[in-house]
Amino acid sequence: MKKLTNQIKISVEDFLVELGNIVLFTLNTIKQFFIAPFEFKELVKQGYIIGNKTFPLIAITGFIMGLVLTLQSRPVLVDFGAQSMLPGMIAISIIREIGPVITALLCAGKISSGIGAELGAMKVTEQLDAMEVSGTKPLNFVVATRVMATTLLVPILVFIADAVGLLGSFLAVRMYEKVSIVLFLSQAFDSLSFYDVIPATIKSVFFGFFIGLIGSYKGYTASRGTESVGLSANSAVVSASLVIFIIDLITVQFSELLFA
Amino acid sequence: MKNVIEIQDLEKAFGSNVILRGVNMKLHKGENIAILGKSGTGKSVLTKCIVRLIECDSGKINVFDNDITEMEVDQIDEIRKRVGYLFQGGALYDSMTVKENLEFPVRRTQLSKNKSEVNDMVDEALESVGLLEAKHKMPAELSGGMKKRIGLARTLILKPEIILYDEPTTGLDPVTSGEISELIMRIREKYNTSSLIITHDMKCAEITADKLKLLKDGKFYAEGSFDELRKSDDREVAAYFN
Repeated sequence: MKKLTNQIKISVEDFLVELGNIVLFTLNTIKQFFIAPFEFKELVKQGYIIGNKTFPLIAITGFIMGLVLTLQSRPVLVDFGAQSMLPGMIAISIIREIGPVITALLCAGKISSGIGAELGAMKVTEQLDAMEVSGTKPLNFVVATRVMATTLLVPILVFIADAVGLLGSFLAVRMYEKVSIVLFLSQAFDSLSFYDVIPATIKSVFFGFFIGLIGSYKGYTASRGTESVGLSANSAVVSASLVIFIIDLITVQFSELLFA
Repeated sequence: MKNVIEIQDLEKAFGSNVILRGVNMKLHKGENIAILGKSGTGKSVLTKCIVRLIECDSGKINVFDNDITEMEVDQIDEIRKRVGYLFQGGALYDSMTVKENLEFPVRRTQLSKNKSEVNDMVDEALESVGLLEAKHKMPAELSGGMKKRIGLARTLILKPEIILYDEPTTGLDPVTSGEISELIMRIREKYNTSSLIITHDMKCAEITADKLKLLKDGKFYAEGSFDELRKSDDREVAAYFN
């Protein structure tokens, strides 16, 4: 019993230390956004890498998502004679929830793990230490630029996934009915309001921030040894995915409170 | 002679594993000291404490008469710009070319904003290590010895007053090791640097060091010139020369 109590105590202590480190890392990273020199070139480079790496994946997934969602939902609505509501229902589902969450999960898998592995490798090969000892502030150059790039890029990727998802949905509707894209989009956007788009955009910004931050934290704090590179990447994906669902839960609650 | 580094009662442990147990040492201006010791005795930990890559548990580390253990992060960066560190593998930034590797610290520390001036600084540093022709190569295209030399050039570009060498000849063939040792000496003459050289390579220690210090059980066990230690009757010391 005493052994178990001790183990719990150690686990709680480790958790609190890790939590404290994450909070400090987050605050230091945010601080770097406002400290010169600003690495605009590196920010553009990271933005290009992230966008270029994930665009095809996001586009294909968004298309399939819209198509499948429509094909699955249509029979139920047809049973009730409510197939005209299909564009609106799909638009709300994609823009409010599915678009941001699926895009963020894909970015967690692709970007967060990539950043975790890259920074982990830089840590293992002492590149981060070399920056630190020459007074070149790696947190400013390496971390802040990546976190800012994901924060800016993920909402754009969500927008792309939403648009391609609606296109997929239109093609699925078109298989069964003669509907023009203008009518489809007008029915879709009629059902949407300001309060559907704003919370989704805000949560996409948070998703982007935490995807970059968690990948960077895991890589930056990797222990020595090549094994830790893989562990950093793996841990970044798992943690980022979990955080995405937690942020989703919180934003749903907040938007209910603020916009209901 | 003026001390550029003075360490007093330095202690460091990782959990229950005590690495340094009250280390004391001084490095004078223009002096080269080689630190010897078995693997795991804390040689790298000692140098990393000097630039605060690792926080020590207790003791004082004065670098240019500033106790760096008491300093804030922004202040420590100012000291770090005056202390060069050559890592074992060179630690080149693998996403940048050699030229970009050298430009990076200059640009980031705002030593110069003039492009042609930076270019001249890069050329001068590369010439000092004899690798001007590698300017546009990527680190992946370089051999181990070249990586170390480029790492040294990147250190030199900030015109450091102290250079900490972490096993500069490890993993290199005897000819390249000899070249690196000669290079360390040429750099001292040209830039008037003081150096701490961690090494297992006795040939390197003989060529580069004015004084050798043997680290054992977290403390300096013996010290002296190469010839003094070579003549020592102590079995622990003699083991390094056999």
